[in-house]
Amino acid sequence: MDTSEIIKRLPYGEPFVFVDSLLEASEEGVTGHYTFRKQSVIYEGHFKKKAVIPGVLLTECCAQIGLVCLGIFLTAKEDARETAFALSSSEMEYLIHVLPGEQVKVRSEKIYFRFGKLKCKVWMWNAEDKLVCKGVLAGMQLKRGYE
Amino acid sequence: MTEPQYYQKLKTIVSPYLPDDVSVDEIGIDSHFLNELNINSANLVDIVLDVEDEFDIVLENDDMEAMQTVRDAMAIIERKRSS
Repeated sequence: MDTSEIIKRLPYGEPFVFVDSLLEASEEGVTGHYTFRKQSVIYEGHFKKKAVIPGVLLTECCAQIGLVCLGIFLTAKEDARETAFALSSSEMEYLIHVLPGEQVKVRSEKIYFRFGKLKCKVWMWNAEDKLVCKGVLAGMQLKRGYE
Repeated sequence: MTEPQYYQKLKTIVSPYLPDDVSVDEIGIDSHFLNELNINSANLVDIVLDVEDEFDIVLENDDMEAMQTVRDAMAIIERKRSS
C-alpha cells in the first residue's frame, strides 16, 4: 500500500492529527514525520510560563504514526473500508522536550500483530536526530471500525 | 502432562495479567477469562502468546475464540500437543 493511501485512511481530524507524511511503510514498521503546530490553544496551559509539547501528545504522535499507520498497512488486504485501532497499553520514556514548531521523526518496529493486537516499539527523534522519547505501544483492532 | 500440571502452569501464566482486584486464588478451572477474571481482551492475547511459548504450540484464531475458560484452554493445549 502506498504511504499516501495510509494517510488518507487515518481516522483523525483536526485538531488531533499528528501525522504529516510517511517516509516508508513495511511489514516490519513505519517511519513518518510530524511538525508540531506553532500555535495551539493547548500550549497556553502547558505550561503557563513556557509552551512545551505535552508528553501525552508525543505519545499520541508515536501512536498515530508508529502504531495506527502500521496497523492500516498490515490490514490493507482485509478490504476494510475503515481500519480502526484502540490504544490498549503504552510504556514510554521521555528524554528531551519538544517545542512548538519543531519537526519530529517517528519510527516503529513491529513486535507482533496477532489475534487483532498490534504491539510495537516506537522511537521519536527531533530535527537534530536526538532521541526525544521511546517506548512500547499496543493497540487492538476494532472489528466494527469506530461505530 | 497431567491435568493438575496444566492447571498449575496456566495459573502461573494468567496471574500477571489479572486486574488488581482479582487474586490468583480466584482462578478456578471453570473461570471465564473475560467475564469472571476480568482480564481485558488485549491482555488475553498476551496470555495466548505466553501459552504458545510455554507449551510450544501454535494457536489459530478459532482456538483464541474457543479459549473462554481455563478448562477450554487446557483442552485446546492438550489437543494441540497430541496432534
